Amino acid sequence: MTEQTISRRRVLGGVALGAGAALGATLPLRPAFAATTIVGFIYVGPHDDFGYNQAHAQGAAAVKKMASVKVLEEENVPEDVAVTKTMESMIEQDAASLLFPTSFGYFNPYILREAPKFPKVRFEHCGGLWTPKDPKNIGSYFGYIFEAQHVNGIVAGFTSKSGKLGFVAAKPIPQVLQNINAFTLGARLINPKATTRVIFTGDWSMPVKEAEAANSLIDQGVDVVTMHVDSPKVVVQTAAKRGASVCGYHCSQAALAPEAYLTGAEWNWTDLYPKFVTMWMKGEPLPNFYRGGFKEGLIKQSPYGPRVSEAARKKADAVKAALTAGKYVIFKGPIHDNTGKIVVASGQELIQSNATDAKLEEMNFLVNGVLGALPS
Amino acid sequence: MTGVGGGLGLWIVPLAVLGGAVRVSTPFLFVSLGECITERGGRINLGLEGTLVMGAMSGYAVSYLSGSPWLGVLAAGIVGIFMGLLHGAICSLQRVNDIAVGIALMLFGVGLADYLGKPFIQPAAPQLPAINFGWWASSPDVQHALKINELFLVGVALVPLLVWAFRATRWGLILRIVGESADAARALGYPVIPVRIIATCCGGFLAGVGGSFLSLYYPGAWSERISSGQGITAVALVIFARWNPQLCFYAALLFGGAGALGPSLQAVGVHGGYYLLNAAPYILTLLIMIVTCSPKRALVGAPAELSITK
Repeated sequence: MTEQTISRRRVLGGVALGAGAALGATLPLRPAFAATTIVGFIYVGPHDDFGYNQAHAQGAAAVKKMASVKVLEEENVPEDVAVTKTMESMIEQDAASLLFPTSFGYFNPYILREAPKFPKVRFEHCGGLWTPKDPKNIGSYFGYIFEAQHVNGIVAGFTSKSGKLGFVAAKPIPQVLQNINAFTLGARLINPKATTRVIFTGDWSMPVKEAEAANSLIDQGVDVVTMHVDSPKVVVQTAAKRGASVCGYHCSQAALAPEAYLTGAEWNWTDLYPKFVTMWMKGEPLPNFYRGGFKEGLIKQSPYGPRVSEAARKKADAVKAALTAGKYVIFKGPIHDNTGKIVVASGQELIQSNATDAKLEEMNFLVNGVLGALPS
Repeated sequence: MTGVGGGLGLWIVPLAVLGGAVRVSTPFLFVSLGECITERGGRINLGLEGTLVMGAMSGYAVSYLSGSPWLGVLAAGIVGIFMGLLHGAICSLQRVNDIAVGIALMLFGVGLADYLGKPFIQPAAPQLPAINFGWWASSPDVQHALKINELFLVGVALVPLLVWAFRATRWGLILRIVGESADAARALGYPVIPVRIIATCCGGFLAGVGGSFLSLYYPGAWSERISSGQGITAVALVIFARWNPQLCFYAALLFGGAGALGPSLQAVGVHGGYYLLNAAPYILTLLIMIVTCSPKRALVGAPAELSITK
């Protein structure tokens, strides 16, 4: 380490550590340093938001149950220099050796800058695109949650009477477009005339705008709504209040609208995180780049609600089984976008397990059947 | 447009703007009326954003714990009074700037609400009821747009009440004297500082109630991002409305409607520049400010004791 500037925090941390070690040597209270692995989780919002952060916190809760692991959590950490401070204090003051900074914006530049400073610490980041020139102690993982949105779309296609579906989206970025497109393709398998009306709210958490968007969609005759925002609570509640059905996202919102909730696309971090922590404790190498869907167990589907018909359950389960077996490709050519251009050529497949497929990771189109446009 | 419950087509835009104006405007209305009272007394309370969020949190919490949303509204108002009292009392110290205190209280209120509101993000609290004025309409969408919450009606009733109180009551006159000239008020024997503290408390009460509308009716959930700056926008509305409660009402409706414009235009398929449409309320403010400003005169209707006009 060639760091010239030593911050006061570091000096204090060092002094504290030294004092602690000296104390530990003389007293019989010495903690079992080697035996306990300390894992830190960092969230951008509250850990119980019925959404993105809750899904990660559920994963952290699964890690907490493991033997000889101590979990640290900090929530509401903005995607700015605050996350650097949080990471450094977790590493230096609490001796964390494995970090899960879970929000997309933490990756570049904050994790990329911290990782070379602490080569013995592992940074596991959700959603980032790790490339071979990035530090080797960073791992980026993400789930093909659009597979579950595809199943949502199938259920929506069966359930919708008007054939008009609604999607409340935050920003037109590839991960959101994958969800919109997979959902629409799923619905059109069942009802080829089904359309998905998209409203972009402009940011990840805009409660009033999300409620307005859901209301406007329903005013237009939409009877099944889904979303990609950080906390789907407002959209779920608004849709249920208006009598529309809703497909959830991030984690299950069934408790908020037991009648209106059809099914939902959920993260399954409760499987992945204990797996990663076990590998880390055993000293096994963790993957630098990890993607997966149903097959890898990174995502799951909420249980079906009371409005989902027998036929819908059957079809949805069949597609889910095919996805789990790795025998189902959602973006299979020919696919036209909603301006009539061909975007996936006949015979071409954007395979979910092919992590380097740029067309999938950098999706920039809306498929035929989506009513909406991307900002040019 | 076919079939039962089919879409409203293009009619949705005016309907959504109207419905949105009624739904979204209530917090704007309460905060701006409250700020109107405070500023008429000669002080600016920028901390109302914090009060709004505190009101949203405490209203939701009390509604959840007690099972009565109206008790939640009351609790939000009382919390608002305390926030107002804090601002009023600190500003009464010598050489304390009310704008700086307001900014401090805004951060304080938002932070405190985040901290205390942690356990209430997940549970669902009982919500305020709405009166259905659309019973005559056959379309469920029209009925929905005409569902009006009682708090909005209370806000509407407050407007003429405040206009009358400012103009025709002894209390209103005292408040205006204190706001126009502290020296004159002192000469007449009216206590300047207590009047200002009371005015700030009243403003805090209304802002707290406005906050409870956010969490208890629309959008109807407590989360840390619930206000997205509505409190601070409402404070600006007062200047825009020239310290006149009636104009505050129109301005609040305008902002509510403008906020609904973006989503509803996207719903009918107008997608061009939705970032711009989402910014409609702010562009509107700028435009009106530009149109109504004049280099020849100061802000008409501004209380002379306000630190921004002094």
